[in-house]
Amino acid sequence: MAPEPPLLTMSGITKSFPGVRALDGVDLHVQAGEVHCLLGQNGAGKSTLIKVLAGAHQPDGGKIVWRGDEVTLRSPIAAMRLGIATIYQELDLVEGLSVAENVYLGHEPTSAGFVVRGRDARASTAALLKRLGHGEIDPARLVGNLSAAQQQIVSMARALSHEVRLIVMDEPSAALDPDEVDNLFRIVGDLTAGGVAVVYISHRLEEIRRIGDRVTVLKDGRAVAVGLPAKETPTREVIALMTGRNVEYVFPERPMAVESGADAAPPEPVLSVQGLARDGEFAPLDLELRPGEIVGLAGLVGSGRSEILETIFGARKPTAGQVRVDGRVLRPGSVRAAVRAGLGLAPEERKAQALLMLESVTRNVSVSSMSRFSYGGWVDRGKELQAARAATRELSLRPDNPSVPVRTLSGGNQQKAVLARWLLRGCRVLLLDEPTRGVDVGARAELYTVIRRLADEGLAVLLVSSEVPEVLGLADRVLVLREGHVVHTAPARDLDEHRVLDLVLASGQHGPTLTKSPSGPATTEGSPAS
Amino acid sequence: MTQPASPARPVTDKIPPADGDKSPWWSVVFRADLRTLSLLGVLAALVVIGGVTEPEAFLDTDNLQLVLTQASVIGVVTVGMTFVIISGGIDLSVGAIVALASVWATTVATQDYGFAGILFTAVVVGLGCGLVNGLLIAYGGMVPFIATLAMLASGRGLALEITDGKTQMVTVDGVLKLGERDSYILGIPPLVMVFAAVTVVGWLLLNRTTFGRRSVAVGGNPEAARLAGIDVRRQRLYLYLLSGLCCGIAAFLLIVLSGSGQNTNGNLYELDAIAAAIIGGTLLSGGRGTITGSVLGVLIFITIQNIFALNNLETAVQQIAKGAIIVAAVLVQRRTATT
Repeated sequence: MAPEPPLLTMSGITKSFPGVRALDGVDLHVQAGEVHCLLGQNGAGKSTLIKVLAGAHQPDGGKIVWRGDEVTLRSPIAAMRLGIATIYQELDLVEGLSVAENVYLGHEPTSAGFVVRGRDARASTAALLKRLGHGEIDPARLVGNLSAAQQQIVSMARALSHEVRLIVMDEPSAALDPDEVDNLFRIVGDLTAGGVAVVYISHRLEEIRRIGDRVTVLKDGRAVAVGLPAKETPTREVIALMTGRNVEYVFPERPMAVESGADAAPPEPVLSVQGLARDGEFAPLDLELRPGEIVGLAGLVGSGRSEILETIFGARKPTAGQVRVDGRVLRPGSVRAAVRAGLGLAPEERKAQALLMLESVTRNVSVSSMSRFSYGGWVDRGKELQAARAATRELSLRPDNPSVPVRTLSGGNQQKAVLARWLLRGCRVLLLDEPTRGVDVGARAELYTVIRRLADEGLAVLLVSSEVPEVLGLADRVLVLREGHVVHTAPARDLDEHRVLDLVLASGQHGPTLTKSPSGPATTEGSPAS
Repeated sequence: MTQPASPARPVTDKIPPADGDKSPWWSVVFRADLRTLSLLGVLAALVVIGGVTEPEAFLDTDNLQLVLTQASVIGVVTVGMTFVIISGGIDLSVGAIVALASVWATTVATQDYGFAGILFTAVVVGLGCGLVNGLLIAYGGMVPFIATLAMLASGRGLALEITDGKTQMVTVDGVLKLGERDSYILGIPPLVMVFAAVTVVGWLLLNRTTFGRRSVAVGGNPEAARLAGIDVRRQRLYLYLLSGLCCGIAAFLLIVLSGSGQNTNGNLYELDAIAAAIIGGTLLSGGRGTITGSVLGVLIFITIQNIFALNNLETAVQQIAKGAIIVAAVLVQRRTATT
């Protein structure tokens, strides 16, 4: 590669948070003047890595060498002083301040040390904006009145108001129109021509091909590929790196009945979905789920997978179609109706959507089944503890003490606590959204065994996962999704990873996007009093 | 709540023996956490200070009865407030509700119905205000701060409208008698017994009922509560109803205590109640809190007030001390939370 020493070398960076190892020895090498793309699924460790680089997180281990010297980035200001600027996806602008005030926030040009020279700030802001191709933005305007794209430009102007050598851009194109993206690329080109390095994070693979020089792929907190040539590496190889397995698992065996098609008549479906759709998220979907069956939804992020699960569960209101459990139609958009009918959801964002982090395992497990051990609102705590213990032992949750706070558990055991909640409720259809997200690689096989055993005992499971081998290994039947449409349905044993990737990628004009849908979970509130 | 028609595999069928779950009743005392113990320590220290500085006046039975009686009114309000804060909300209208309930219950027309009329009106006015708060917040989607701020303003206004700024004297004997020494049972004023009863019921409600569990869940993580099948909106409505009910009871206690109803009653109760809950260890962001802590917070505040009054110190000094205690309590709690 280039003869000069690299601008930045991060090696063996590790970072753990309670319950999960976010970075597990990551390397990143960036040359001056290159566009270095950072790729990975949600939760692969990208955000943690750039926060380490921005000085916002302190790594537990590893080495950062900046222009030949080993450095410690103690704070965002320290990183900024070295010339590392970060433009976060959620822009960190103050809406109540003007454009110029935002750009120079924290390093305002001053007289006598504290009187802000507003005119100077506005003048140099105007010059920066012009350089960024947006001279029309008035430096005196309030940032809150600007469009998302303009705010992004302001954020970039702020980065350039420092003397930068490296700019990290976290999904800068997510909020932009196509011609704004062109302008963004022109800016990136100008910057790199001037010797500035750009670390570019995007889920849009075609963008990476357009402006990227090299690619580093993260998966499960490790760099699975470092410095691949961005233009020459085939798309499917990149995707395979992101979604594939670097560890081979032995998936639990499927029971004979399902595997061989069975002699006896298959049991009646417990869940049937007819024409279920949400405008702009997923097209009408038909689906039947029988007891003992695991059905997988395979597709990239943004293909509508999570939205489908949440709509079936009533957390989102469908625009068409219906969900039946045992033939009875569920009230649309009502979580309570779904729970009462025997559905359970283990959502993608476990901490934000499922767990009561301040509470014990027992209370997290019992929260959906209070009526089972309460009489007229009076909780029998002995019975509650016993029930929680039974449910968590059933899943071999560790530690074997349901009185400990749930936040002290590892990711895999936290997931088991969520499963135990639905198990205790007597749930019959389990909806699993990325069940192994944030679960240490080593603990996943055990979770697979648990899921398969639950199915063998009569549960119906609907599984969503970004990891194709996970879907193929665990599910009996697979639905392949692309942009909200089911493009293929087949028994899992008739599919392999390559076939699924072909189906997922067989793109129309859009090309593969791995963009996470911006919507948070659910807009409909819980059902009113019933 | 209905169960699913036929739970595939009710786990509760195979409940293992409760090994080691049985703990003697007194273990509760030892399980009392550091926070409660430190609050008890502060209270004990205050009692010592009171006893040393003004041995005769402070430890006098009359004075101790007075302290507890004063604590009763704000204490009952604080129990309701604690629930609201645990659920992630706030109720700024408690003082105004106490004022409105106390004047509505002491109008000439109400007093015609005697003891029961006054009690009934105070409680119903409290519940009514709580209902409005709850509907606006749970179903109207208003931020609790704003909704209850509006109730504060209009409640006070209505109270002034009813009384025209005059003090409404109570003429019902039964009510007046309740505040007199003759009604003390074993030296304990009936008002204090009401406070004790509200505290016990509140503690049981929070720690032993599904209502308490749901309140904590809603405050700790509303999205998770919703996806666990809890009716979050209904729970929020109930919580503001509960706070209103506590205000109604407190209004009645205040009527008994003062023998009158005034539109200036309950002034700044909202701040005292919030402060007591906070020093008692309730998280302002919701999801955690204890009734014991809140009640100890109230007792600490009232005791300080009493000691300062007995030592002829100005109110100004007293308020500075209160502020310092709030800061100290929160700092200590943060220290213990991180270790």
